[in-house]
Amino acid sequence: MKFEQMTLDNGLTLIGEINPNVQSMAFGFFVRTGSRDETPEVSGVSHFLEHMVFKGTARNSPMDVNRIFDEVGAQYNASTSEEITLFYASILPEYLPRTFELVADILYPSLRDDDFEMEKKVILEEIGMYEDMPAFSAYEKLMELHFQGHPLERSILGSVASINALTAGQMRNYHREHYLAGNMTLVVAGNVDWSTMVDLANAHCGGWPAGSTPRNTAEARSGGGRLILEKPGSIQEHVAQMASAPPAQSPLRYAAEILSIIVGDDANSRMYWELIEPGLAESAELSYNDYDGSGSYMTFLSCDPGDVSGHLQRISNIYAEVNAHGVTAEELEQAKNKVSSRIVLRSERPMGRLSALGGNWVYRREYRSVEDDLHSLEQLRIEDVNELLRQYPLGQQTTVAIGPLSSLDD
Amino acid sequence: MPRQTTVQHTLKNGLTVLVEHLPAVRSAAVTLMVPGGACHEKPGKNGTSALLCELMMRGAGDLDSRALSMALDNLGIQHNLSPGWFHLNFSAATVATRLPDALRLIAEILLRPRLEPEQFAMCLEGREQVLRSIEDEPKQKLMIELRRRCYAPPWNRPVEGSLNQLRDITAEDMREHYRRCCVPEKAILGIAGYVEPERVVAQCEELFASWKGTLPATQESLEERETSGHIKHDSAQTHIGIAYPTVPIRHPDYYKAWACVSILSGGMSSRLFTKVREERGLCYAIGASMNSQRDRARVLCYAGTTNDRAQETLDVTLSELMNLAEDISPEELQRCKARAKSSLIMQQESTMARSSSLTRDWFHLDRLTTLEEIRGKVDALTVDDVRDFAVQHSARTFQVLTIGPEALRCEGQVNLSDL
Repeated sequence: MKFEQMTLDNGLTLIGEINPNVQSMAFGFFVRTGSRDETPEVSGVSHFLEHMVFKGTARNSPMDVNRIFDEVGAQYNASTSEEITLFYASILPEYLPRTFELVADILYPSLRDDDFEMEKKVILEEIGMYEDMPAFSAYEKLMELHFQGHPLERSILGSVASINALTAGQMRNYHREHYLAGNMTLVVAGNVDWSTMVDLANAHCGGWPAGSTPRNTAEARSGGGRLILEKPGSIQEHVAQMASAPPAQSPLRYAAEILSIIVGDDANSRMYWELIEPGLAESAELSYNDYDGSGSYMTFLSCDPGDVSGHLQRISNIYAEVNAHGVTAEELEQAKNKVSSRIVLRSERPMGRLSALGGNWVYRREYRSVEDDLHSLEQLRIEDVNELLRQYPLGQQTTVAIGPLSSLDD
Repeated sequence: MPRQTTVQHTLKNGLTVLVEHLPAVRSAAVTLMVPGGACHEKPGKNGTSALLCELMMRGAGDLDSRALSMALDNLGIQHNLSPGWFHLNFSAATVATRLPDALRLIAEILLRPRLEPEQFAMCLEGREQVLRSIEDEPKQKLMIELRRRCYAPPWNRPVEGSLNQLRDITAEDMREHYRRCCVPEKAILGIAGYVEPERVVAQCEELFASWKGTLPATQESLEERETSGHIKHDSAQTHIGIAYPTVPIRHPDYYKAWACVSILSGGMSSRLFTKVREERGLCYAIGASMNSQRDRARVLCYAGTTNDRAQETLDVTLSELMNLAEDISPEELQRCKARAKSSLIMQQESTMARSSSLTRDWFHLDRLTTLEEIRGKVDALTVDDVRDFAVQHSARTFQVLTIGPEALRCEGQVNLSDL
């Protein structure tokens, strides 16, 4: 395993973790842009643009794009989050030149008006699909409420109204401002020859416009809040809650990760033993989400509407106990074993390494090998968790509920 | 294609152990299939196998529920025990050096589950919560109900269980199901990873040789068929499911059937994605996949779309399914072959994918296939082969189910559960 790194003259950074022992390779462009970089007038444009990239260029028509990816047997896709738009492909090494040339070409798409209007319909369908998934709807509304007044409040998908109002011209402007070489990181993992990779990047990305876009990364100060969305036809109540947690750049993030496993993993966690093992709830979990400059603990509960307030109190009691007394040495040890195994298993495939490599570079400008991650995990002490809890105690500051209830009070 | 090292061994009690050594990984994965799935449940007791899966993870041998969870976590075992239509499927993965300990624990869970009554009562509560949540997820509900309609009982039973039968299941039903169905005859244990096959086989002999039991008889007295084609739901989208018959994995024409579905839905240049999404913008989610049981198989197709465009979506999708045989091009088939080649080679990087492939081969074919053999069969396909198959097997007989505010118009459906 060898780490490589270089930066093109226009500011595009390449990083690679080369592993000649695997059969495949994966590469991805991490573009530092997402819903938090949008203004309200163009809400949803980053995600819509991610779709439009596959509509091609003067050189590659929309049909060409889909056809070529399938001709090389690529497993490929793209995703948009609050802060990163990612385009990736997992391929056999022999198809690298053709696949890379295609991906590099379409990152500067034509954004034709008729393609834009057709894809707008697909985006509206995607919004409709998520509306029929209560857990996802709860997450979107929770982000909006918890981060009110902060850029992280913005919806990734946008709304039916914002998408309908969006024009191809606005999208072209957004693309011009954000798809700059300094905003992008090209990440490569697996069986690849580094010098070939560098040549390809020079040939196909060297002419990209230089520059980068500023981003306000001030830590969010949430005012909390509560929103009850009554959905009469539904059966279960779906509740999501948030509280502040360390940002992606904080050294406390390892402790936050392990704390969420101990308290709220889907099996063998405090919330599992309290609510899932006895059959009291369908789901009761705690996760840690880290963002650029901010972070959050997210609680998720799905149960019979009549039990919601009692169960939220049970969760509240668990959090109060952890905030007061921390976790036990035994809990910490088990969680480390669980997480180390997850890291090893996930890392075996090049595709599994891509997001870790990209995340570490985009957020922290650092390379961390699997061994580095395992070492940091091993070094975690009870005191680290206590320090985390002192600075960022577990909480249920902001609440969103979707289901039959019109109020969460008894 | 990379060279494969596999060992197969059937114990006297009927359990088959399949092991593959993968040199470039450091993990090991286990897939264990035991014939205790939904088709073996007693009529009126759908959900027994799902409950049994949960109950088996709540105590085994000397370990109570908590101690068992801790043992699994301390060995770093990622695990899942879930019901299938025929089997209970146990899958697990960890770093390869811990495989011997992991296998000992898996044997405990399988051979000496505690099945305690108080744990049963809690599992029942939890399962009811799961089934209620599915009622709020129309897409998931649709695929369960489509399966229920397109296969005959007992092959159509939801593996998740049914809300209206759950409370009729007793702790004794559970124990009876375990005794009757968790047997070594026709059980399959697949292991893939950085392991020494001979040593793994020897350990399996030691752990499982004392296990006894014969394959349960197929259920005879059966529930009524479900035929309604629409479920009313106050959803944002209309969720459309279409099923039609195809051939199962063990049929000589299986790879032709695979190519047909791949042409329809294999990648973003496939027909459904192109015609329904790219050219008309009718859907975000659209796709078709093979669902193969041992002796029968269906193509299951899904599309989710806003209500006022649902009729057009159904019409366009059905037309693509029915007209599949028209104009199949060599380039179209070549793309299917390229995707198959990549995914076969990449399968070698995943211990989970390999261990489940080993057991799937054995269940459907009674033997192991090599990646080279599959590649050869895929590469040998010609446009004429695939077209001829499509002429005989395109969606001329099909069944539609929709979930949404309004039913859609659809001519010419048949009830597939009669086939």
